[in-house]
Amino acid sequence: MANSTHTADVIIIGGGLHGCSTAVHLARAGLKAIIVEKDHVGRHASGVNAGGVRRLGRAVPELPLANAALDQWHTIQELVDEDCEFASPGQVKVAETEAELQALSARRNKLLVLGHEHEEIIDRAQLRELVPAVAPHCIGGMWVKGDGHANPFATVQAFKRKALSLGCHILENAPVASLIKQAGIWRVISAQGHMEAPVIVNCAGAWGGGIAAMLGDRAPVEFRALMLMITARLQPFVKPVIGAQGRSLSFKQFGNGTVLIGGAYQGRAEPDRNKTHLDFSGLAANAAAAAAIFPALREARIARCWAGIEGHMPDSIPVIGAGIEEGAFHAFGFSAHGFALSPVVGKVIADLVTTGITDMPIDAFSIGRFH
Amino acid sequence: MRRIDQDNQPQVTIEFEGKLLAARRGDSVASALLEADQWTFRTTPVNGEARGPFCMMGVCFDCLVEIDGVANCQACMMEVRDGMSIKRQQGAGDIRLPLPNGDKKGDAP
Amino acid sequence: MKTHYDIAIVGAGPAGMAAASIAAEHDVSVLLLDEQNDAGGQIYRAVSRQNITDRSILGPDYYKGQDLVSELRSSGAEHITGATVWQVSPEREIGISKDGKAWMVTADQVIIATGAQERPFPVPGWTLPGVMSAGGAQVALKSSGLAEPDAVFAGSGPLLLLVAYQYMKAGIPIRAILDTTPRINLLRALPHLPSALTSIGELIKGRHWIASLVTAGIPFIKGVEDLKLLGEDAVTKVEYRIGKRWHKIDTTHVFLHQGVVPNVNLAMSAGCAHNWSKVQLCWHAQTDRWAESDIQGIAIAGDGVAIGGALAAEHQGRIAAFGALHRCGALKSVERDSLAAPFRKALSRELRLRPFLDAIFQPPKHLRIPEGEDTIVCRCEEVPAALIRDSVALGCVGPNQLKSFSRCGMGPCQGRFCGLTVSEMIAEACGVPVSEVGAYRLRPPVKPLMLGELAALNAEPGSTPGDG
Repeated sequence: MANSTHTADVIIIGGGLHGCSTAVHLARAGLKAIIVEKDHVGRHASGVNAGGVRRLGRAVPELPLANAALDQWHTIQELVDEDCEFASPGQVKVAETEAELQALSARRNKLLVLGHEHEEIIDRAQLRELVPAVAPHCIGGMWVKGDGHANPFATVQAFKRKALSLGCHILENAPVASLIKQAGIWRVISAQGHMEAPVIVNCAGAWGGGIAAMLGDRAPVEFRALMLMITARLQPFVKPVIGAQGRSLSFKQFGNGTVLIGGAYQGRAEPDRNKTHLDFSGLAANAAAAAAIFPALREARIARCWAGIEGHMPDSIPVIGAGIEEGAFHAFGFSAHGFALSPVVGKVIADLVTTGITDMPIDAFSIGRFH
Repeated sequence: MRRIDQDNQPQVTIEFEGKLLAARRGDSVASALLEADQWTFRTTPVNGEARGPFCMMGVCFDCLVEIDGVANCQACMMEVRDGMSIKRQQGAGDIRLPLPNGDKKGDAP
Repeated sequence: MKTHYDIAIVGAGPAGMAAASIAAEHDVSVLLLDEQNDAGGQIYRAVSRQNITDRSILGPDYYKGQDLVSELRSSGAEHITGATVWQVSPEREIGISKDGKAWMVTADQVIIATGAQERPFPVPGWTLPGVMSAGGAQVALKSSGLAEPDAVFAGSGPLLLLVAYQYMKAGIPIRAILDTTPRINLLRALPHLPSALTSIGELIKGRHWIASLVTAGIPFIKGVEDLKLLGEDAVTKVEYRIGKRWHKIDTTHVFLHQGVVPNVNLAMSAGCAHNWSKVQLCWHAQTDRWAESDIQGIAIAGDGVAIGGALAAEHQGRIAAFGALHRCGALKSVERDSLAAPFRKALSRELRLRPFLDAIFQPPKHLRIPEGEDTIVCRCEEVPAALIRDSVALGCVGPNQLKSFSRCGMGPCQGRFCGLTVSEMIAEACGVPVSEVGAYRLRPPVKPLMLGELAALNAEPGSTPGDG
């Protein structure tokens, strides 16, 4: 088993959501991929993120991808035969002060100039209509209709199952031991066997920097452990996904009644041991932010906290595109907002592999920006 | 359940599902309800199944009730207090959202 | 109230009380934390305020706990009651919650003494109202003097027999005792009989309980191989099988029990290594001879490590305290060794009966791993056995991956009542040992924490309950 060699059209390093999405899109284009995953599919960021599917507040270069992704999410069943528990109740970024509302207005204007109309300013009354439980002092916010969320566990499993059903091969518990290029063929040796293919895609998430180096590219990915907490099930009280302009907060209530609370609060990652450590003072600040926007939530019980290992780029936007070597491609480093983009990024990579071009603007994400 | 020994512990009055009950000071809410022959404390969020206390030591989380408007309270871990109002928790816990007039749902009139 | 202690102990059962009393004799700051309002843990629950006047009901073993409580009280160790510990981090930051306020303290040495919990008993209908664990029934008896007449006691193990015996002494009628101890266990236990005979007093005590129950006319039905609890919104009858025949008993109250297992959540969430015990069929913390885990400064003592009983727990607590004191610099190693020596002897004596008990009362596989489709495995999230087996068929190889397929283990009990079942089910379905399957990856808070409490955690140090 360990000495067998798998040949494929494409080797994908990393069995997270981007790896599986890439595999699915490649299969639809007639190419057989083999995914080599060091743990099990969805073990890291893909399985434990906040599940946000949004355009609101995105970095401008990501907006075309985010728009295309939203369309895909609304019909995700056609891509992976499952609904991934996608819901689109919209997203609101709450403003607590006039200054915050003005900052949001400035952002809206900036986006209008660039041709994006999805972010709308809402006033106090409109805010209350959308989010009845919001704290009395909130004066308005930004609203994006159609944004929403999905279930990360369900999504990555759905993509995995679809990839398998389309003939992809997945090797788990298979960290890459070595990787070389010989006569135009990439040869990878892993704990579960050898594989070779003319094309290789680096979807190794937080570990993407190390794989990039093996491919002759440079990408200073930082390991981050963003913390999340989830409550016990509660009666439904909020529909849209909630953020706050003046606080680090992301907040959503799932169909099963649990409320997921996150922000940009970091724990500590120990990537070699697949471990993360929580920082309770950060979680406390996160809880305080949630309680400030939803005072009624003070009595909700936090059932569990965790932090997944995510890859963060210094400019907070991902690496997507061709590598320096022929037949090498990258899609990693999504800096805590890659979940939503996954259905579309896989297509982008598949297009690059099959045709050499993509109709999505991805220059800003080139790995070359770090060389 | 019945008490096997009479003792001099003072009594308190609690309310369960709108009915007044006598309870013994120092007893847990769970014990007080069991003494009143109440073994169903809640219904589950997924299937609406009836549940009651199982471990009596705070690890099974089946004895969840609503106490004075606060949901998800473990009855076996809370001591009775005079005037305490206890309700069965039906499904997922409810949080006390502010009513339009500023009061909280569940506040005593 | 300080923010830092030399030694912090979590759990005021026999191990925790004994450890705190020892530690407080030395020049170190000691903090004992426990959820209950009185010391005693579960086994000695309410011993210091016991209102039942006839002491023969609860029995002499129970009242031994009073000595430990008195010792604790006079030791001067700071004891915070009503305090839920929701985290111990590898760096020994302890998260505490009391009366709606949460705060953190740190300690140089932590001793986790969280004791045991009931083993899951996943039979059809085990979640029905009216069905309680025998341990739960005993809590109602000890802490409130309450008992339910005409209940059926079902299962296996010393605790089941003890509670039935206590009921009998209290004059509470028992409908029947259904003993699920497998007959074959007697054979398995025979090799351990010689060392068990050195604790002959304990063996005789057990036989005496059974004999008394039988003499009292309580139906004592042995060799029960299978159980079903039936009812719509509450239990109304028990069906049990002996050989091929099913029998039934109408009853509205059932006390279930098939042993106790270590309550491992706090230690596991701290990151302490645990190994699967094939003998006790549960997770045992990895500890050295001073009770220190594989994480420096975190020790685990008592039934929370492996089931050994209350007296063994006491001695383990003391040994753990001596170890912690040495690591604090309060005791030289020579002093530590000589102070601990008599307790090591005592511990070894207490544990002589254990292999025999473990063998006799080992629950049979089909009562640990439900054979039926609909039997609830995860009580909190209502996940039936079939869903777990289906998940394995879809490629799930461990309890953590199960979260991709269902909410099994994601409810408030955090796997306390489904973890062992799930690990064993997956191991069996995959044909691998349980040690390979592993346990749920646990995280703080190990007990639910109110958002408002967490939000106030960063409040000024010193603003703790009782201040201002």
